[in-house]
Amino acid sequence: MREELLSVIEKNSRIDLKELAVILGVEEIDVVNELANLEKEGIICGYHTLINWEKISIEKVSALIEVRVTPQRGQGFDNIAERIYKYPEVDAVYLISGGYDLLVSLEGKSLKEVAQFVSDKLSTLDSVLSTATHFVLKKYKDHGTVISKKNEDEREKITP
Amino acid sequence: MRNPLADKVVEIKPSGIRKFFDIVSEMEDVVSLGVGEPDFDTPWHIRDEGIYSLEKGRTFYSSNAGLKELRIEICNYIDRKLGVHYQYSDEVLITVGGSEAIDLALRVMLNPGEEVLIPQPCFVSYEPCTILAGGTPVIIELKEENKFRLTAEEVLNAVTDKTKVLVLPFPNNPTGAIMERKDLEAIAKVVEEKDIFVISDEIYSELFYHDDKYVSIVNMPGMKERTILINGFSKAYAMTGWRLGYACGPKEIMKQMTKVHQFAIMCAPTTSQYAAIEALKNGDEDVEEMRKEYNRRRRYLLHAFKEMGLPCFEPYGAFYVFPCIKQFGITSDEFATRLLEEEKVAVVPGTAFGDCGEGYLRISYAYSLENLKIAIGRLESFVKRLTKD
Repeated sequence: MREELLSVIEKNSRIDLKELAVILGVEEIDVVNELANLEKEGIICGYHTLINWEKISIEKVSALIEVRVTPQRGQGFDNIAERIYKYPEVDAVYLISGGYDLLVSLEGKSLKEVAQFVSDKLSTLDSVLSTATHFVLKKYKDHGTVISKKNEDEREKITP
Repeated sequence: MRNPLADKVVEIKPSGIRKFFDIVSEMEDVVSLGVGEPDFDTPWHIRDEGIYSLEKGRTFYSSNAGLKELRIEICNYIDRKLGVHYQYSDEVLITVGGSEAIDLALRVMLNPGEEVLIPQPCFVSYEPCTILAGGTPVIIELKEENKFRLTAEEVLNAVTDKTKVLVLPFPNNPTGAIMERKDLEAIAKVVEEKDIFVISDEIYSELFYHDDKYVSIVNMPGMKERTILINGFSKAYAMTGWRLGYACGPKEIMKQMTKVHQFAIMCAPTTSQYAAIEALKNGDEDVEEMRKEYNRRRRYLLHAFKEMGLPCFEPYGAFYVFPCIKQFGITSDEFATRLLEEEKVAVVPGTAFGDCGEGYLRISYAYSLENLKIAIGRLESFVKRLTKD
């Protein structure tokens, strides 16, 4: 039940618990308990909402920043990653393979704000060797949801 | 100018679905619960293989029976799923959808006047194809109290000395009914006793929600040698538009089916065949994901019907529910028409699938849960109004 519950709730975190129980074919109390367990075990890490801020004319600028660092003795990348992710404007920090070490995703109110964050707070960190900032120009799909287009049902209305 | 048309053809009643389709296409903003095909796109890796085969220029006829590699994969699949072994070389035919396989099987097995037992409610094609093949359809009316399953008694009551073929359409469109092992065992006994043949249309075999493992009539002793097993890619892999299906059976029958297929069709679409090989090789996970999603919707619908007081027996197959509307004292046609006009929700009246479908509706759950909720909300308002009247 766990895996199916997780895959449903991953796409729809606001699903009514009673409905969730119905579609999984189990009792509501089992769903409530299982959810509590999953949260306690840190398997469910959070419930977020995907918002298209542009549609209410609130400017938000997203950027993906590649960061090259000198790993520290005995700790590798963990310390520097923690320093970066502690900033609230940082959405995500990943350790990645390839030319750079860390990929930082962040969101600011404007291009200038993001650029300032990179130059004032990110590049100045001790272990940071270099950064490469890429601004997100358009989001097509985010967290599994298509943002730009509405899904059309092209099937014939009635078929045998 | 004289009449160009064959009487036999003109006499066949047009599909009950057609009439509804025409009304619905004229209306706007209709939420249609009347489709008979998956709402999923064909999984990407399968589409990719089809596209790739076109890029590589594989645009020629395949062999009449179908690509050898595909026939081999089909035999592997049937071995895996049913534990039954067919010879790819002369016991498998790739057809243009399960529909062509049904048509061929009937054409090839019927002498004029021979009878075909057709359990209804069922898919619209068996009766007309029987007539076109020169046979006589004999309808068996299934009952809700038997969960719309076919019983040995019903077969015995319908069998005559002219009976040649029994059509077994399970998992069933429109009822969603399935046949369990014990049900099939009983049928197998009668079939063997009366020396008749079976056309088993198992196109919905992957959309199976019962706890027990799926069982086919060909799993029953003595049945493989007298059954044409029909299946395809439309429902399981969401490949309805690709038009690809297959038939497996004893080589004497398959030989004749291949012969007719060769004259009438030449071969099934080559692009679809290449895509299907990929589907069988790597599509198991996709099928399982889709099946799970259908099952969630099925549970939602059954719960919703219970809440609104609409009796519906629990279906374990396909993607249809068949609720009963007899309590309202109006015909299925009238219910469906009024539901369409008043709430703009389209469902298919049970009578489109046989006269014994009167008093029932076919509701498809090949829709997202969000769409189903909207439709159910409107259906609920309609039902409340009817109950008050």
